[in-house]
Amino acid sequence: MESLKSRVLELRKDFPLIAGSNLAYLDNAATTQKPQCVLDAWNKYYESMNANPMRGVYELSEVATQAYEDARAAVAAFIGAASAEEIVFTRNATESLNLVAYTYGMQFLKPGDEFVVSVAEHHSNFLPWKMVAEKTGATLKCLKCEMTGEITDEALAEVITEKTKLVAVTQVSNVFGRINNIRHIADMVHAVGGVIVVDGSQSVPHMKVNVQELGADFLAFSGHKLYGPMGIGALYGRYELLEKTQPFLRGGEMIEIVHWDRVKFAEVPHKFEAGTVNAGGAVGLHAAIDYVSSIGMDFIHARELELTARTLEGMKNISGVNIIGTDEACDHNGIVTFTVDGVHPHDVASIMSADGVAIRAGHHCAQPLMDHLGVSSTSRVSLSFYNTEEEVDRFLTCLSSIRRRMGFGE
Amino acid sequence: MESKTFYSEIINDHNLHPLHKHDIEKPDIVLEGVNPSCGDDIVLQLKVKDGVITDGSYVGEGCAISQASADIMLDMIIGRTTDEAIALHDKFMNMIKGNATEEDIEELEEAGVFSEISHMPARVKCAVLGWKTVKEAIES
Ligand SMILES: Cc1ncc(COP(=O)(O)O)c(C=O)c1O
Repeated sequence: MESLKSRVLELRKDFPLIAGSNLAYLDNAATTQKPQCVLDAWNKYYESMNANPMRGVYELSEVATQAYEDARAAVAAFIGAASAEEIVFTRNATESLNLVAYTYGMQFLKPGDEFVVSVAEHHSNFLPWKMVAEKTGATLKCLKCEMTGEITDEALAEVITEKTKLVAVTQVSNVFGRINNIRHIADMVHAVGGVIVVDGSQSVPHMKVNVQELGADFLAFSGHKLYGPMGIGALYGRYELLEKTQPFLRGGEMIEIVHWDRVKFAEVPHKFEAGTVNAGGAVGLHAAIDYVSSIGMDFIHARELELTARTLEGMKNISGVNIIGTDEACDHNGIVTFTVDGVHPHDVASIMSADGVAIRAGHHCAQPLMDHLGVSSTSRVSLSFYNTEEEVDRFLTCLSSIRRRMGFGE
Repeated sequence: MESKTFYSEIINDHNLHPLHKHDIEKPDIVLEGVNPSCGDDIVLQLKVKDGVITDGSYVGEGCAISQASADIMLDMIIGRTTDEAIALHDKFMNMIKGNATEEDIEELEEAGVFSEISHMPARVKCAVLGWKTVKEAIES
């Protein structure tokens, strides 16, 4: 175990914001810090490769196009897609999920159809589907989870029927941190002829994800939670599905032929990428993928599990602290959401901030889940491989002082 | 490394042992105020007779800053005229923006503890919730 930690102390030097700060940054589920190589790649693109990709025939534009398409291939390889064409670049997971809802969802869901969204989804994987239900007349069903976050077979059997055309579910909840068995859900959905849309925002950065092994038809994630820049994200879609789906935004770059009365759209994936693309972002994401791949997703997962275990162990011993979900590290994937008796989560976060610890407080963009759990808001600590035992301990020390500092007796 | 926080005895005391957190009988004015960022939600109740606030209270839930601020505010405005309450509101808002004189802050008595909140921009909305609501209630 000492070896994981000593490697981390080296890796921390790759992150300028972390190396130059005393803050214990424990809000990694919101966004991660960026290693120097990502900042350099972004700069290098604009210093030496920038032209409008796909538009020019001159050499510089070809360099830009190549850099952008190399990034696409890197994303495809990273998540195990069958080909680079199955990757659409977007701004973030939210846009990726909206893309599927506005295109595939609006095109293929009809009155009388049913589709399913879990209660534990981030608003980004709930509100687009709610809109689809309202506009298409298809029936939206709620897949419930246990208080531990577990999605049971009974809960699945209750909502997946012969009429189910689509299921949208997260691989890892940003509140529980629990890893859902996507393969199992995918098999059930496929058995009735539906498709599965997976929110990979909290899984892709923290564990090995292979879309083909999962049986995912669509999978969304954000670059900024994977040590990449903000403003770049990706949508994986199975080729046949992307092929038969109408475009999302219309405009430049996504066409082959445009006349006043006749339009032919470009091939997949370009028909989903209207307008000038975020090439610098894509190149930065490529660098981030190379970076985490060189560290190894197995190392990242193991290190985060080790830190999660330390966090949970400490929290269990602090009275007045309630953990959402189980108290097993393997059920948290680096995310521990909690409440403190008698203390509002925003007051918890303000005291943490005074002690140099950054954590999240609020509803975590998952209000239906908060309702389901019977809480109005919670606090959340979320870890990355680059965090240290000392940072976890600083969080725990502060946590154990909170009730006293809010005026409760010991 | 425990740092000094904003949560002084005054704030904790008003949060944990509020004097005015209850319903009153037959209030003349009832108004809800919400702060979506913390999910603070208070319902303010006032009794007003001949331009004087004769009684007031709040119910609801929220963070310590919103709850303590509302309780302190009620301490100050009960027994005053509505015009005086609005004047206090204006002084409080000026203080939050960092524009109040020493004298103003003194006049705000216990509410003066919130002068520090300008260093915590994320929490300003919590501190002003009660005051904003009372102004709206009086003007409605
Ligand atoms: C599970 C989950 N889905 C979706 C999102 C949305 O990500 P973004 O804001 O990058 O689109 C987040 C992060 O906030 C998330 O945690």
